[in-house]
Amino acid sequence: MKLAGWGRYPVLEARKLAPRSVEALRQLVVSEPSLIARGNGRAYGDSAINSSATIQMRHLNRMIAFDPASGQLVAEAGVLLGDIIAAFLPRGWFPMVTPGTKFVTLGGAIAADVHGKNHHLDGSFRCCVDWIDVMGPDGETRRCSLEDDAPLFDHTLGGMGLTGIILRAGIRLSKVETAWIRQTTIATPNLKAAMNAFEAAQDATYSVAWIDCLGTGGNLGRSLVMLGEHAIRADLSPRQAQAPFAIKPKRKLSVPIDFPAFALNSFTVRAFNALYYWAGARKTDTQLVDWDSYFYPLDAILGWNRIYGRKGFAQFQCALPLEQSEPGLTALLSEIANTGSGSFLAVLKRFGKQDSAFSFPMEGYTLALDFPVTPKTLALLDRLDQITIAHGGRFYLAKDSRMTSATLRASDTRAAEFQAHRDGQGFTSRFRSAQSERLAL
Amino acid sequence: MTKLPVLILGARSDIGKALAHNFAALGHPVQLAARKASSLEADKTDMELRHRVSVSLHEFDALATNSHEAFVAELPELPQIAVCAVGLMGEQAENERDVAAAARVMRSNYEGPASILALLANRFEERGSGTIVGISSVAGDRGRATNYVYGSAKAGFTAFLSGLRNRLAKRGVHVVTVVPGFVATQMTKGMDLPAKLTAEPNEVADAIARAVERKKDAIYVRPIWRLIMLIIRNIPERIFKGMSI
Repeated sequence: MKLAGWGRYPVLEARKLAPRSVEALRQLVVSEPSLIARGNGRAYGDSAINSSATIQMRHLNRMIAFDPASGQLVAEAGVLLGDIIAAFLPRGWFPMVTPGTKFVTLGGAIAADVHGKNHHLDGSFRCCVDWIDVMGPDGETRRCSLEDDAPLFDHTLGGMGLTGIILRAGIRLSKVETAWIRQTTIATPNLKAAMNAFEAAQDATYSVAWIDCLGTGGNLGRSLVMLGEHAIRADLSPRQAQAPFAIKPKRKLSVPIDFPAFALNSFTVRAFNALYYWAGARKTDTQLVDWDSYFYPLDAILGWNRIYGRKGFAQFQCALPLEQSEPGLTALLSEIANTGSGSFLAVLKRFGKQDSAFSFPMEGYTLALDFPVTPKTLALLDRLDQITIAHGGRFYLAKDSRMTSATLRASDTRAAEFQAHRDGQGFTSRFRSAQSERLAL
Repeated sequence: MTKLPVLILGARSDIGKALAHNFAALGHPVQLAARKASSLEADKTDMELRHRVSVSLHEFDALATNSHEAFVAELPELPQIAVCAVGLMGEQAENERDVAAAARVMRSNYEGPASILALLANRFEERGSGTIVGISSVAGDRGRATNYVYGSAKAGFTAFLSGLRNRLAKRGVHVVTVVPGFVATQMTKGMDLPAKLTAEPNEVADAIARAVERKKDAIYVRPIWRLIMLIIRNIPERIFKGMSI
């Protein structure tokens, strides 16, 4: 059948298997020449596609144990973050780290070592993972953690499923008093001001900025920097405080059809960006926002990936080291604005320290954008790659669908070590994705 | 108010599991009945953790109709809602050749489900309340060459449910007939089903929970099936017999 990631590019013919037990999975691992695990298909490109055997993990999705003393949840890899929130937020627990969608599996979150709006304080998903059970090429399951088999733990977080099949994990949830976030929006007229706002807000629990990637000149990098704190009961209205975890169910919108290619062009994006900026700039006070709208605004629009039309879209996300962030971001934004290929969803975020074998984040800034797939934008993406490399930056594999293995190696010296580790453990021939083959990992 | 238990017969099936989660999420304790019930231990833990309700496991074999009286008697509590998700499609080609295989399909889809639901219905009638849900099939709406053995048993089951509903309507017991259409499950694994007509198990479970709440009599999970089956039922036999659908 045809398989693609969330960006719906590339679309590849692949054989999909969905084992219903660990034993059935083990049979596949020892008998298939090569395979890759797939969670909920939220990686944008070809990370979770193997043409001969893509292992759908959706049936291995049970919660196994929860310890309210430590907040540790043990669950199978196919559990969605949204399931964890549905079960535990009413009891006052929330994931320590969450990406911008709740429709990712636990296994996917570990494989991509996802980050959230609190990366500058808490780091990537890794910070909440106590241990991981990984099935190796021999079909045996090994439990790894910082103490036991640290190399496997280290390479599995951010290893894109290339170190074995992630079966289950023990993760810690954080205690929260309510399901609400106190959000403060700061309108910043340009990039420098946005970066200053991030630096001044290093103590904020959550920070992220929407950035207008079509602004030029004095408007280059104008942003809405959004800071957030978990609201405590005293922040809520008396009515809200009666049920601090209850959120009114929202109407789900969905995009029923593929938008035609002309729906998204530099005029519509420019108009949208200007409106969005001025609407945001008008309400810069602190507001109470429910968890779902705050962390997962796009989840409310099911199938939003269809607005980019049938040809799909490509995400660009890079991380730049702190000292190179300002010139690097300026160069990237200028190149995008000059090309006029705007993106509705352009996100800027300050990253904190990160110490791991192959995870994406590094201390500095990350910029994420998406573009409809056209020859023009693919050429732009190649230029953005070069600018990133020139400023010492690297790329997020969970978003990548098109970079070359030369680009990966020029941007990330750790790739050679990761590849050597895979070779040494006998992973290379067994755990493979279309992406790992493209990147020669 | 504490909610009353829901019994799921055929709890190892995908629809059975999805239903159990759905009712547990609504706060109902759940009784999972299936063959090899102990293999559902991990699901029991999962449901208890997620939904904070109690889940019990009960050994149940739809074909062992002799054991059904004892099964009902041994339930820790008479359920408020009983759902039968038991079914077996078999291979049509095998069902045509092999009498024993055909009998097994007939018994799994009609005799077994009707036997257990009849006993539960009598207990519900004595109590004067309860809901019975039977999962039948579009295959039971008209016999077709590709699956008429399975379809004939489902047709029998549909008629049984309709009669039971008629009998119990004035006795405080409600009966729901569910016609799911195509569902992406273990049963249909490997079949090439049209995406627009194929539901996911949790879509079926949502539809059933709604139907129980709204006291619906008979539902098609995807409304388009009502139209499709209306057309298929009304094709004159003279034309139908020459068709391959």
